[in-house]
Amino acid sequence: MKERLVQLEVMRYDPEGDTEPHFQRYEVMCKDEWVVLDALNAIKESLDPTLAYRWSCHMAVCGSCGMMINGEPKLSCHAFLRDYPGVIRVEPLANFPIERDLVTVADDFIDKLKRVKPYLIPKEKKTLAEGEYKQTPAQLMKYRQFSMCINCMLCYAACPEYALQPKFLGPAAITLAHRYNQDSRDGGRDERQEVIATNEGVWECSFVGACSEVCPKAVDPAGALQQVKVASTLDWFKEHLLPGGSPK
Amino acid sequence: MSRKPYVRPVSKTGWYFKHPRYLRYMSREVTCIFIGAFALLMVCTLERLSKGQAAFDSFMAALTGPWSALGLLVILAFAVHNATSWFNVTPKALPVQMGEEFLAGKYIIGAHYAVWLVTTVSVLLFAGVF
Repeated sequence: MKERLVQLEVMRYDPEGDTEPHFQRYEVMCKDEWVVLDALNAIKESLDPTLAYRWSCHMAVCGSCGMMINGEPKLSCHAFLRDYPGVIRVEPLANFPIERDLVTVADDFIDKLKRVKPYLIPKEKKTLAEGEYKQTPAQLMKYRQFSMCINCMLCYAACPEYALQPKFLGPAAITLAHRYNQDSRDGGRDERQEVIATNEGVWECSFVGACSEVCPKAVDPAGALQQVKVASTLDWFKEHLLPGGSPK
Repeated sequence: MSRKPYVRPVSKTGWYFKHPRYLRYMSREVTCIFIGAFALLMVCTLERLSKGQAAFDSFMAALTGPWSALGLLVILAFAVHNATSWFNVTPKALPVQMGEEFLAGKYIIGAHYAVWLVTTVSVLLFAGVF
């Protein structure tokens, strides 16, 4: 099994001693099939136990290990060392405050996620005896792609709108709202539209498209946001131009 | 243990130099200025036309010089870039679902190019170019 000495420049920040972050260089023997997360684990185990970072599943499912790798938002468990020939620069996800080293503060994202009600609000309440909420495969396909979001926040790290206007709800939260709005079993669209069809919501997006380029699950948040814009515009026309119109 | 999260500074003016994808976005956004310039030129042309044949002819004569031609070519190039970059992202905003499948994006993009071509040829025919 091939091994090589890999150099990593890792951003460090100790809130108890540092006034600002700095880079620390590590050299670690890595196997050819390792990912950046493996190299970080090797550093923590054998070189520097104080290094802080988040991870859990190691299989691009949990969305915990997002970092900037050579300036690009990536899941560190999905970034193979063999794809990075030189020194690898590892930083915390951009656009989020740094808690410590590679750990960011995700409170803002979590709060925004809650605001869009990313869960099924049944159109009609059913008792258990009445059975399940049924859906055709075509109805499922309408939102399936958007349901693949793992809340990894890479899209927020890539989004310049979020960087410049932190009040922006952001790609993942609006995409998840759209996912439920598109669900034939859901009846919560009006509640979500009040949050997402706003200046802080979808109208803050200027369609840079970076969110979709970095998404590790091919969710295409940029597509979801443009579809919300189209739907919200149609709502406005229905409400203001049709006699007795209502967006509902 | 007290928390002291560090907020990294964000450049309000130079952020688009940080990645080619941001420059690509800015090229799409900035080129709309040239489309605006051409729209302004059209408004001026209409204004001259409303003043009579002589005013219109002298305005058109002023637009036939090499610098005007160069300016119009630059506007055309940027307008084409702006239009094509928007055409190429339309499948994201307007997905077409057919049963369980979605129509491939190339057909949605192709339809935009087809409408563009037909409209251009129609306008040129109407203007007596052919």
